[in-house]
Amino acid sequence: MTVIRTVDLSKQFGKVNALNKVNMEVKEGEVYGFIGPNGAGKSTTIRILLGMLNPSGGQAEVLGMDAKKDAVAIHRRLAYVPGDVNLWPNLTGGEVIDLLMSFHGVKNKGRKDELIQAFQFDPSKKCRTYSKGNRQKVALIAAFAIEPDLYIFDEPTSGLDPLMERTFQKYVKEARNQGKSILLSSHILSEVEQLCDRVGIIRDGEMIETGTLEDLRHLTRTNLYVETSRPIDNLETWEGVHDVEKRQSGVSFQVDTERMETVMAELGAFGIKKIESAPPTLEDLFMRHYEGSGGGDR
Amino acid sequence: MFHNSGRLFYFLLKTDRLKIAIWLLSFTLITVAVPISFENLYPTQAERDVMGQTMGNPAIIAMLGPGDFDSYTVGAMTSHEMILLTAVVVGLMNILLVNRHTRVEEEEGVLELVRALPTGKGANMLAVFLYSLTVNLLLLLLIFSGLVVLGIESIDGNGSLLYGAVLGGTGILFAGITAVTAQLTDNGRSSFGLAFGLLLIAYFVRAVGDVSAETLSWFSPLHLTTRAEVFVSNQWWTVVPLFAGGLVLFVLAGYLVSIRDLDASFLPSRSGRTEASSWLGTPVGLAFRLQRPGIISWSVAMLLVGLSYGSILGDLETFFEGNQILQQMLPGESSDSFTDQFLSMLIVVISIMATIPALMAMLKLYKEEKRGRGDLPFSKPLSRARFFVSYLLIAMVEGAVMLFLAFFGLWIAAISVMEDPFSFGTILGAGAAYLPALYAMIGVSVVLIGFVPRKAGLVWAYLLYAFIVLYFGGLFKFPEWMEYLSPFGFVPELPNEEMAWTPIIFLSAMALVLIVLGFRGYQTRDLEG
Ligand SMILES: Nc1ncnc2c1ncn2[C@@H]1O[C@H](COP(=O)(O)OP(=O)(O)O)[C@@H](O)[C@H]1O
Ligand SMILES: [Mg+2]
Repeated sequence: MTVIRTVDLSKQFGKVNALNKVNMEVKEGEVYGFIGPNGAGKSTTIRILLGMLNPSGGQAEVLGMDAKKDAVAIHRRLAYVPGDVNLWPNLTGGEVIDLLMSFHGVKNKGRKDELIQAFQFDPSKKCRTYSKGNRQKVALIAAFAIEPDLYIFDEPTSGLDPLMERTFQKYVKEARNQGKSILLSSHILSEVEQLCDRVGIIRDGEMIETGTLEDLRHLTRTNLYVETSRPIDNLETWEGVHDVEKRQSGVSFQVDTERMETVMAELGAFGIKKIESAPPTLEDLFMRHYEGSGGGDR
Repeated sequence: MFHNSGRLFYFLLKTDRLKIAIWLLSFTLITVAVPISFENLYPTQAERDVMGQTMGNPAIIAMLGPGDFDSYTVGAMTSHEMILLTAVVVGLMNILLVNRHTRVEEEEGVLELVRALPTGKGANMLAVFLYSLTVNLLLLLLIFSGLVVLGIESIDGNGSLLYGAVLGGTGILFAGITAVTAQLTDNGRSSFGLAFGLLLIAYFVRAVGDVSAETLSWFSPLHLTTRAEVFVSNQWWTVVPLFAGGLVLFVLAGYLVSIRDLDASFLPSRSGRTEASSWLGTPVGLAFRLQRPGIISWSVAMLLVGLSYGSILGDLETFFEGNQILQQMLPGESSDSFTDQFLSMLIVVISIMATIPALMAMLKLYKEEKRGRGDLPFSKPLSRARFFVSYLLIAMVEGAVMLFLAFFGLWIAAISVMEDPFSFGTILGAGAAYLPALYAMIGVSVVLIGFVPRKAGLVWAYLLYAFIVLYFGGLFKFPEWMEYLSPFGFVPELPNEEMAWTPIIFLSAMALVLIVLGFRGYQTRDLEG
């Protein structure tokens, strides 16, 4: 079953084309990574899914219902954590968590207290004193305490420290194991890699790739830096090697993921003294995509 | 300890120069404009003495303090009617300025940066002291020179200098008070609240004291402003405690800074509730909770407005006889009783005032959205209509409650000062006639929120228009149709005019149509984030 489906979803803000025919499908029980750089249109898509914005064209369905017309019925079964959590300065964190829960008619104190513990959150402070990370915790705790069928997270970990990010991941996995569906937006590829079953990549309002991370491997390159005992000649002519750059004592370049094995074997012949590798970044992925599709540089 | 405070001081003055210029010029202009207009309005001493007699009533004394009502010269009049209220606003200015450069900047982390520079621990406090001393001395000089150049007989150099010194001294005192409250609390809002609360208490303590028990007044520093008897007997000693008090408080604040850590405070920061009370968990509960402080302060304010207007009704007839300008401003036939006319005008003014909190309550719906605080609530299983109705309900009830409180206050005061007071029913009926107009104004704000939310503030301009037309329309002889461009112009002016139901029904229908229309827009438009 499909929990989120958009068909040719478009949105204009005046002259700005924020979304252009976006097609997205999130299946029941999966964690879907929605990736794109800042300003790509992630939040806009999500806000349409929540019925807060009207699409300029196309359709948006959530849980089989119309995002705008059936908003109340949809919202009964979902929890949303905005990218920018703004809270009421004069209420305490604890009050806001309770408030959000009771808007859902949920009163699971045990679960709430467990989450407050897990996120190491102090609910007695006024929201005005909370940092960005703490405000995110308020929304996250409320969302996980509501235990809905569908979670929508818009860049939920941008203010969390690495330890809390792990707590967040733990609860996402728990929800998935219970068969819940999750839409998780991010501008950092590695963040979603560990959690997501499938990803959709959006850029400038257009969905440029969708599929499992495996499917996307063909698009990715690994960054390598090597120092060898004998100089490597004509490295740039090797198949699957790109962007070769000489450094003081070595050379850095990129390798297509599917050519990795052969390149490594051939490199061995030059006597590797040192090797460093970095995972592909989102930017690399876009570059590759644009080269691949014959589009020019940005 | 004080290393580099000179540079900090210079930096404070530089960043605030525009703000300071606006404050100081406003004080000077208003202070100078008042004696000029008094001279024009009351050219002879006989007229001024009549005025003095009407001013000598308890309501006025509570509001403005005691004065020399027997020889009410232009100077005596100016200092009596102006000095106390001006001093209160000077106090407010100092509270705002000092609070900003102490606790607010500490909270925002600016002071942390300053301390990281090669500055002493007490450098900022010394800089703030020099800064507020400079501001208040500048105020002193501006007021003095502004008044003395007028060349009015009763406004001499000695008195003018004292006038400035009283204002400057009050300023320094409240600057010092704020410097201390900023050490007590750990956030800028609370330290402002504490200092401002002290200012209000000082005002009300002397109000009660001046009317009923003079000893009580001596507990309020603001009593010194009227005790200085500027332009009458010029009591110079009164400025000594003001300046000395300010200095002592700054020394105390500096000491407190030196013994505490950055971001720490002396009053424990109150740890809030960790759970919400059950009524908070509904849209209307939330909307009310967010506006509760405002609703409470407006309720008190409206009651006080009613009380203070009501308390002058007794002396009205005398008050009008010598005042041609006021007569022109009043609507209706000149043969009518002045009190009734004045009452009708009061009711208009009060109704427009009561519209302010009602509109604020309605606009809060959009303000929440604009501040990005709508995202979470609107993702909950509650319709936009529920949120809309919650705010609308609060706005409508608040408008009615504000009208009621003001007219209740007016009536209470009136029955104690008037020989032949009107009944509560009369005044309440007259006020209630304005409720449909108030609701029509809410309707206007709803339409703006529904269709052009970013322009929702225009409703204030419209309200200002309504006020100007109704309040000054008679004086400046505006054409009559201008009145009918605002809902308030249609309302029958009870008790001065006959009751008319047509405009009431028309306005109610108008309010309904506007609200429904605006709601439709709100229901379907994009929400901002
Ligand atoms: N209310 C708005 N008015 C005008 N432009 C907007 C508005 N909201 C978003 N945009 C524009 O739409 C584009 C997509 O924004 P957004 O969805 O917030 O991106 P993301 O969440 O991926 O960072 C951006 O170019 C942004 O400037
Ligand atoms: Mg975003």
